Amino acid sequence: MALKRKSKQFKWHRKHLLGLRELSAEEITYILDTAEGFEQISTRSVKKAPPLRGKVVVNLFFEDSTRTRNSFALAANRLSADIIEFTKKTSSVSKGESLLDTARNLEALGIDIVVVRHNAGGAPKFLSRNINACVINAGDGFCEHPTQGLLDTYTIRKIKGSLEGLKIAIVGDIAHSRVARSDMWAMTKLGAEVIFVGPPTLMPAQVSQLPVKVSYCLDEVIEKVDVINMLRIQFERLGGNPFPSIREYSHYFGLTVERMKRAKPDILVMHPGPINRGLEIESEVADGRNSVILEQVTNGLAVRMAVLFLVNQAAVQKLKAKNLQCKS
Amino acid sequence: MKVILDSGQIEQVLTELTDCILSETPVELDIAVIGIRSRGEVLAQRLSGQLSQKLGKDVPCGTLDITLYRDDLNSPHVTAQPLVRTTEIGFNIDDKIIILVDDVLYTGRSARAAMDALIDLGRPKAIRLAVLVDRKGRELPIQADYAGYKADTSPGKLVQVNLVESDGKDEVVIE
Repeated sequence: MALKRKSKQFKWHRKHLLGLRELSAEEITYILDTAEGFEQISTRSVKKAPPLRGKVVVNLFFEDSTRTRNSFALAANRLSADIIEFTKKTSSVSKGESLLDTARNLEALGIDIVVVRHNAGGAPKFLSRNINACVINAGDGFCEHPTQGLLDTYTIRKIKGSLEGLKIAIVGDIAHSRVARSDMWAMTKLGAEVIFVGPPTLMPAQVSQLPVKVSYCLDEVIEKVDVINMLRIQFERLGGNPFPSIREYSHYFGLTVERMKRAKPDILVMHPGPINRGLEIESEVADGRNSVILEQVTNGLAVRMAVLFLVNQAAVQKLKAKNLQCKS
Repeated sequence: MKVILDSGQIEQVLTELTDCILSETPVELDIAVIGIRSRGEVLAQRLSGQLSQKLGKDVPCGTLDITLYRDDLNSPHVTAQPLVRTTEIGFNIDDKIIILVDDVLYTGRSARAAMDALIDLGRPKAIRLAVLVDRKGRELPIQADYAGYKADTSPGKLVQVNLVESDGKDEVVIE
């Protein structure tokens, strides 16, 4: 198989992955191309390779997570790094230790890469400015969840070949969704048209300034789109009454078997998980032939391995540049 | 720049390598050819073609990316940024005689990385190393089983293998 390699001459230089907004199309493509090389590690007899041997990764999660946390842990393990698991509930954060103090103390233990999830937007950026380790954003507030954006984009590119010219609907609670934002940045940069779909109460305030189209009616867009990404209704984040009832939300914005009959036959159905079955998506659709929800999870592993590998390589390169400077 | 092998000579070397491999491999054993990206990949395809023809049976061919197994990944002295590409081996390597192919054998570090990468894919009956050019300068205790052209090249020189499939023409030059 001839390998399509669009980004051969490109050099990756970022030792932090804070968001996709700041990345160029070329950088995003480079991560996705690199991830292709990591996919096979998970399919062979020894599911491990040595590039991060002797490196320490800390999973610094101030919010709950199943997929992202396990995916990063497994990705780090498969690259032979050692991993420290940190959760807010069982740590000294419950005694009042600040984010920076926590990170600095972990750094004093000799960590190389911090994977951080935090309910405050900008927390990963703050960390990256104050510690020497590489920082990877695993979700910050309502801002970004870059590895989810990358794995969604990777999944689409793998099946459709390219993002160029695709119409992609992201449906649901856009206002509270960092996934929607990271998806939007990655997908539009690679040439797709993104449509945010949801009730006005769940749209972000400044949505008109984002590079997307907006629709308040799923029935208007379902026939046109090549990909539909159904977001989870995040009950833990919803304040007030954004919609009159769950039943009404499902009626207007749920992806049902009935609605799917009007969609393109090769539409890709995505969901970042965890699924509220029967609410934003019917079980039959979530488990149906157009669904790539589990592929997203599998691809997430390859993408996260690629990101861990690349930020570490950038750190090595920076160290090399520093050594050269010292010599001269 | 000095041409050490032209296209006719490259073809001749590959034929000799093929004959040598066949004469030393019992017919009842399964052979497979695996090339190290990127020039080794092209040479492996040519070798597997010749082997298939002479054996009258299909000799499978695969491509190995050794980037993740390089020993200089975390060394601040590494010159170029490593590029991870895919490993494409569509067959089981267990119990096969694997002919590992690279364009130039120099320090031996690529061959070491390739062996580690292969062992993570399974347990071959044997791994044999075949190279187009064998030059001086080994840093590890590794030698080729099948060496095409032996070059007595000084350390500062670059041995560049160009192949039609990847570079437009067949030629080995010393720069």
